[in-house]
Amino acid sequence: MSVVSILDRSRTIARPGFSRWMVPPAALCIHLCIGQAYAFSVFNLPMSRLIGVTKSAPDDWKLTDLGWIFSIAIFFLGASAALFGRWVEEGGPRRAMVASAICFSGGFLVSALGVAWHQLWIVYLGYGVLGGAGLGLGYISPVSTLLKWFPDRPGMATGMAIMGFGGGAMIASPLSVWLMTAFSSPTHVGVAETFVVLGLVYAGFMLVGAAIVRVPPAGWRPAGYVPPVRPKKLVTMRDVYVYQALKTPQFWLIWVVLCMNVTAGIGVLGQASAMSQEMFPGRVTAAAAGGFVGLLSIFNMGGRFFWASISDAIGRKHTYTLFFLLGIVLYALAPWFGAAGNLPLFILCFLVILSMYGGGFATVPAYLRDMFGTRYVGAIHGLLITAWSVAGVLGPVLVNYIRQYQIDSGVPKAQAYNVTMYIMAGLLVVGLIANLLIKAVDDRHHMNPESADDVIGVG
Amino acid sequence: MGNESVRGTTALELALAWSFVGIPLLWGIYGTVANAMKLFQ
Repeated sequence: MSVVSILDRSRTIARPGFSRWMVPPAALCIHLCIGQAYAFSVFNLPMSRLIGVTKSAPDDWKLTDLGWIFSIAIFFLGASAALFGRWVEEGGPRRAMVASAICFSGGFLVSALGVAWHQLWIVYLGYGVLGGAGLGLGYISPVSTLLKWFPDRPGMATGMAIMGFGGGAMIASPLSVWLMTAFSSPTHVGVAETFVVLGLVYAGFMLVGAAIVRVPPAGWRPAGYVPPVRPKKLVTMRDVYVYQALKTPQFWLIWVVLCMNVTAGIGVLGQASAMSQEMFPGRVTAAAAGGFVGLLSIFNMGGRFFWASISDAIGRKHTYTLFFLLGIVLYALAPWFGAAGNLPLFILCFLVILSMYGGGFATVPAYLRDMFGTRYVGAIHGLLITAWSVAGVLGPVLVNYIRQYQIDSGVPKAQAYNVTMYIMAGLLVVGLIANLLIKAVDDRHHMNPESADDVIGVG
Repeated sequence: MGNESVRGTTALELALAWSFVGIPLLWGIYGTVANAMKLFQ
């Protein structure tokens, strides 16, 4: 038996008696690891004093140059998800998970060499390109498998996995700091050794996920589950081929929906610490602001499971409509709470906003499944991830540049975020309109059953 | 599952799988919540 055959889709078909509740932990093994990406910033300061150790030496790397590592990784996350989505879908989850583990862990090991030799381009290539590709492959690898195992609760199933991506940073951040402390000495920062350990630990963890993942046999249904005789208006029972989906207005409307929802949250997430301190000077200390960021992370993670599960009950379109309407109201109210000095309500506004930011990520695979069927949903999801890449640039740029423009125009720091919040509310109006325009996919885009069977034989 | 046993998934296997991912996640959440409490001090 060759190693390659173990990875084949046909080798991962579940035998009778296999519990579908084994699949979410398999997915979490991947997402908890790749969620580390959100915690990569803990390495920035230590990597800026690899030579000087206690403080940056002239030959040390600059923070601005180090910031590119994360940006390159996120770019390659989107690119690999879009480029390899069909490969992931057709090859099955195990092959994709193993490829993701090799790329993501390999990225750490290559970066360790870059740090040891003090060659930044090797770190760009390692964590940025190779690790970024692992992020993209890993992010989409379990999605369609979960959707097939949980046709009765697709939102909850993908919500569980994508919740792991939000929670990964909560593990990675303290673990990385602890490892760097353990490996550091008066003459050494300990980043390279930390990268090696993380690479090996993540490889082991992700390979466990790849080992236990299974796809359901063709035609499998959960016990007691009866598909609706008359499908809901916005839930198709047929499939759309991955590249055909690009020709539908529904794909691009959902792209706008995701992009606007992410843009409205991601900018705040990056600036939450500074924003809370500047809007409540003297009341929110740096330590308290750190606590605020931590709370936002918890709501970002919890919202992924909560909102995606809610979407199973109220429908995907209604869930996003709720996100946008509530988001518009909360963004409009936040400056008012800030001006009134009402810190608890200000915090509450952003906790709900960040829960919906996470919820937007977690609900979108089920939205795609409703629109385009389960057959190519992983690949279509991969293409949609480009909306995240765009939002990842748009959100922080909007928040940072508008704040700076306001301050340069003489607006006090405490009010410098008000215009940004109104603009975010405006972006959510755009998302709301796009969501309201979504209707069922036209019949001409659907695959006929014969051609669908030719493409993938199982699962 | 190709040539593996045809027996069903046991409760122990389920518990192990969920613990494998649940324990690190709970550890991360605990640390984050502890840090978040600084906001209310």
